[in-house]
Amino acid sequence: MKLQVASQLAIFSILELVAEPGRQMTVADIGAKYGISSNHLAKVMNVLGRAGLVRSVRGAGGGFQFCGNARRITLLDIIDLFEPRLPIDPEAGRPGRRTAEAAALGLVLGEIDDSVRATLGSITIATLRSLSSRQRAKTPAV
Amino acid sequence: MVRPARRADVAAVSAIDAEITGLPKLEHWLELHSRQRRSAAVAGGLFLVAVAAEEPGRVVGFIVGEIRAWEFGSAPCGWVYALSVASGWRLRGVGETLLAAIGAQFRAAGIRKMRTMVARDNLLPMRFFRGEGMMAGPYIQLEKDLE
Repeated sequence: MKLQVASQLAIFSILELVAEPGRQMTVADIGAKYGISSNHLAKVMNVLGRAGLVRSVRGAGGGFQFCGNARRITLLDIIDLFEPRLPIDPEAGRPGRRTAEAAALGLVLGEIDDSVRATLGSITIATLRSLSSRQRAKTPAV
Repeated sequence: MVRPARRADVAAVSAIDAEITGLPKLEHWLELHSRQRRSAAVAGGLFLVAVAAEEPGRVVGFIVGEIRAWEFGSAPCGWVYALSVASGWRLRGVGETLLAAIGAQFRAAGIRKMRTMVARDNLLPMRFFRGEGMMAGPYIQLEKDLE
């Protein structure tokens, strides 16, 4: 499966902010690491701010701070902000709606949907951070 | 402190389980404890309890596992099939300690893979196991209604 770019950026940004609690980071700081424009990232941070996951601190040395609970916020919580109801309703707009065949296909797609949501809903930011630490240990620095 | 479960602990184990599931089943836990003692595949066993340091003898959590070999073609692995912590003792690292302890028991028996199963909609325990580094395994559980 693929995530929208905004969802990925939101997850990366939160991982960066969680890495050093209390430290404020600007969109330029985060954008530099992932090669993303500040403009694009600012829109993502705006959504995260409205959801109460980050707050912006103004003034010299200002930037963004994570203000959620990394052991409670899951990937699904973040992705749902950018891609509501992931993935899409299997029958919506498809040919054969209300036929037994479409219902059978819907069952299969629903199984995939449930699996995806269970996976994303069970991985917290803290867990993803541990996973990325393990990956960093395995992968030589480039 | 984590130690092998004694028969005298089983009532407390059953009470913790009943608090969570709403289904008291003392006989089941007693039978499980007896079976574990009979098989004794691992020194110290795979039915462990966590005891409160500040209240010696008080069981505040338990974990039960089993080593299964060549099931569905899988190499021997350690299964965790019960893990519960009494309410009031959660978020204090009891579950993590129990899981680490049974992991050490599996390793001592030469096992290098630990598995468990969680209902897809039961996100709290799934988050716990994922937080402990567990990922989806290579098997998919299938089922059907028998009419």
